[in-house]
Amino acid sequence: MDSVRSVYTTPSSLTYCDLPWIIQHREDRCTLCGRCTAVCPVNAIYLTYRRQRVPKLDVLKKKRGNEYRHFVGIRQHTSIEKKCIGCGMCSSVCPNEAIGPVPNTNEHRTVFHQNQKGEAWKRGGRRNKSGATILDRIAFDRISMLTDPALDAGRHEFSLNTILGRVLPPEEYLRRKAAGEWIPPTREIFPFIIGSMSFGALSPNMWLGLLQGVAYCNEVLGIPVVMATGEGGCPPWVLKSPFLKYIILQIASGYFGWDEIIRAIPEMQCDPAAIEIKYGQGAKPGDGGLLMWFKVSKLIARMRGVPEGVDLPSPPVHQTLYSIEESVMKMIQTLSMAFGFRVPVYPKISGSTSSKAVLNNLVRNPYAGGMLIDGIDGGTGAAYNVSMNATGHPIASNLRECYLDLVAQGRQNEIPLFAAGGIGKNGNVTQNGMALIMLGASGVHMGKYIMQSCAGCLGNEKGRCNVCNIGICPKGITSQNPKLYRRLDPDDVAQRVSEVFMAIRTEMKKIMAPLGRSQSLPIGMSDALGIDDADVADRLNIKYIC
Amino acid sequence: MCRLALKSSDTPFSPYEVLQAMEAMQEGYDGSGLGLLMRGVHFTDFNYEKDNQVILSGIAHTEEALSRLNGLMEARGFVQKYDHEFKVYPEMIEASDRFKYIVRVYKKPEGMSEADLEESLMQTRLFLRKDGEDHGGDLTVFSFWSDVVMIKEVGWPLAVGDALSLSDNRITARVVMAQGRQNTNYGINLYACHPFFIQGISTMTNGENTAFVPIKEWLEGKKIPGYTGYQSDSEVFTHILHYVTKKLKLPLQVYKHVITPLKSEELNNHPQGDFLQGLRVACRRLIIDGPNAVIGTLPDETSMLVMDAKKMRPASVGGKPGTWAIASEMCGVMAMVPDRDPAFDFQPMREHTVIIPPDRKELLIWTQFDPFTLPQAA
Repeated sequence: MDSVRSVYTTPSSLTYCDLPWIIQHREDRCTLCGRCTAVCPVNAIYLTYRRQRVPKLDVLKKKRGNEYRHFVGIRQHTSIEKKCIGCGMCSSVCPNEAIGPVPNTNEHRTVFHQNQKGEAWKRGGRRNKSGATILDRIAFDRISMLTDPALDAGRHEFSLNTILGRVLPPEEYLRRKAAGEWIPPTREIFPFIIGSMSFGALSPNMWLGLLQGVAYCNEVLGIPVVMATGEGGCPPWVLKSPFLKYIILQIASGYFGWDEIIRAIPEMQCDPAAIEIKYGQGAKPGDGGLLMWFKVSKLIARMRGVPEGVDLPSPPVHQTLYSIEESVMKMIQTLSMAFGFRVPVYPKISGSTSSKAVLNNLVRNPYAGGMLIDGIDGGTGAAYNVSMNATGHPIASNLRECYLDLVAQGRQNEIPLFAAGGIGKNGNVTQNGMALIMLGASGVHMGKYIMQSCAGCLGNEKGRCNVCNIGICPKGITSQNPKLYRRLDPDDVAQRVSEVFMAIRTEMKKIMAPLGRSQSLPIGMSDALGIDDADVADRLNIKYIC
Repeated sequence: MCRLALKSSDTPFSPYEVLQAMEAMQEGYDGSGLGLLMRGVHFTDFNYEKDNQVILSGIAHTEEALSRLNGLMEARGFVQKYDHEFKVYPEMIEASDRFKYIVRVYKKPEGMSEADLEESLMQTRLFLRKDGEDHGGDLTVFSFWSDVVMIKEVGWPLAVGDALSLSDNRITARVVMAQGRQNTNYGINLYACHPFFIQGISTMTNGENTAFVPIKEWLEGKKIPGYTGYQSDSEVFTHILHYVTKKLKLPLQVYKHVITPLKSEELNNHPQGDFLQGLRVACRRLIIDGPNAVIGTLPDETSMLVMDAKKMRPASVGGKPGTWAIASEMCGVMAMVPDRDPAFDFQPMREHTVIIPPDRKELLIWTQFDPFTLPQAA
């Protein structure tokens, strides 16, 4: 027997049972093929030779002894940078179901050590707060079955689209129409929008798959879905294609990719769906975009006009920002002008108690085409953990407050509000989206849900995976490494996009039909909402039900 | 469920005729109340002059309210010309707090422009309503306008007609709208009973308007005097008609385009598609969600009928030159104009607006697919 030697541990020494995910390996099933160790994105596991002492007693010779058996097995690293992320790729490649990560149900120690070398924890993903959200708990309770003939979601016609762009009050519309003056551009779009995820954050295959899917939704299924690019431009072939009309181009504080976009304007076959000016995002309010060097490949570097392999942290504010009035107004006006005043331009801000101040500013800006508020549950490709988890404002009350502010001014039709941040977080995408619409949103943006449902993203709110930032996405969704992103077939993504939007369309009808709504999207139909929490009901100005 | 009946005739007739048509439609109808509007009014006991006189309709629930009303009207300079005394049988009325049903004729104030007068009449009505509400609801005012009489009461419509002796021909009218239900969706309140009235425009509806709350919020946000109340989801139809014709000054055809706009693919082929698409966006909050049939009348005795876009609450119109009827049931039309040719009855589809013009010679049927005259868009 070996004695316990003096144990040397560092403060960050951990054992495998201190980690959030524990690899369970069944030696009896393992064929030692090595696929798991090869596929693991963080090298959490390794093949290793082990020695096992087998006590031996030779009865005839009355002699005790030891024999040593050698075997090969899979073991788990315990260093922070190699801790298992629970993605489960090992299980997916194992031919014998011999290996897989199991969540550590006890508390785990890594959170205390996720700042080695003084680097605060950066990750991709979402706010790690699991459980039902407020949106999940909202019920649609104003059922018109007996007071009126119920609608048939399967047979009646439904008008499900929304308007993106500045809407004039009717009196002003008539005046300008008669005078032949400029009418702000509007777009009739599907209210569920693929939220801004940049070409850079996403792999080329993912981006292509999304765009193919969006085009199919528009051109074959008749669902006018649009998708937003994040910061970082748009591939030139898309800019010059007829598909640009399905794309909301984002400009953010790093202005990445806008050289290409501006140069492409003369060659554009059509206008983009809209321009989104990012002032903030729900996952990391007050922080600029972040593309870590792992992902700045040759292609991305070219599109963004930067050298390869350098971190690309966008500044937290736009260079022009001196005051909100000046910056927002200037940018909105400049971008409107760049596209001949034919394209709606709207800002995206992070959910915040100051949202109403921005909104009131936009109400007075005749060029503002809407406002997108991104709540605290928004996801991102890369951010500091503390920003993601603890900074920001939940979307429901923020959106509701802004909407009611517009209602009080009688301008709820003029500046369409869009909501984002946690829509479909637990899979209830249509329910979440329609709840927000009935609270006053004209539409919702969703990113994580699309990655999960259309590309099989493995991330969740319990810290699973969450490595989008370092380009090792095991599914090839957020990687710029061809060896990884070739795992993702754009055609499969496109097919899933169309399936997802077909299902959302059906579920929208299934929600609207019992409420007796089919002629227009029930924006602000708060009388249809109830929640089993009196305080929330009071805050959102909806019914308390129990 | 609401039952609706409207009759329009060259010669004044008793409103009781319309109540009898309501009776014909009693199946599937809860008969919880009556709302009645008359235009082209004729009193046997008084020679009413439309151009010089206005009529106040309502209920004083107490003697005190009535005397307060007298004082308020006098203070506002309205000179009373005639006070119609209904022969009332109180025991036939469900409610007990009905001191007097008011139909009073006042001299039209002089020296005011048409617009100022319209504003003044509405403000007076709103003022009286507010005064009643401030005094525990002891005064209810339905309309204050030229040539319009309104009665609203809880109970079975025909019984209400009997209780007020409406069959005695002391009041007759050329246009009568009747609706037979209190708004039981939202609790009994006389103000929740159709038809609704604002500045000469009146509509009544059957069916539930499920888009009520967003529409109401938008109308209230316009801060236009008179866009208040909303004890019923159907009141917004009246205010939208008022908004489209009086505030936006658009032709009557546009009402239908506002409440039930055509789809984009239909508007793409419409001669005024560009204008209408923009209008649909600007008036997006006024899109109704039926099932509804909306029956309306205008100050010039024009009557109209439109359906919601799903047409799940049908209504029929029929008649003959000189006399026409609109009802939520075919049997209602039959009861009001029995001697017409039923082959010419018409049930509008989702795109139609049916108009009974003031000359009552023939029905006008507009469809949303047709162009209309629109000076602004030229």
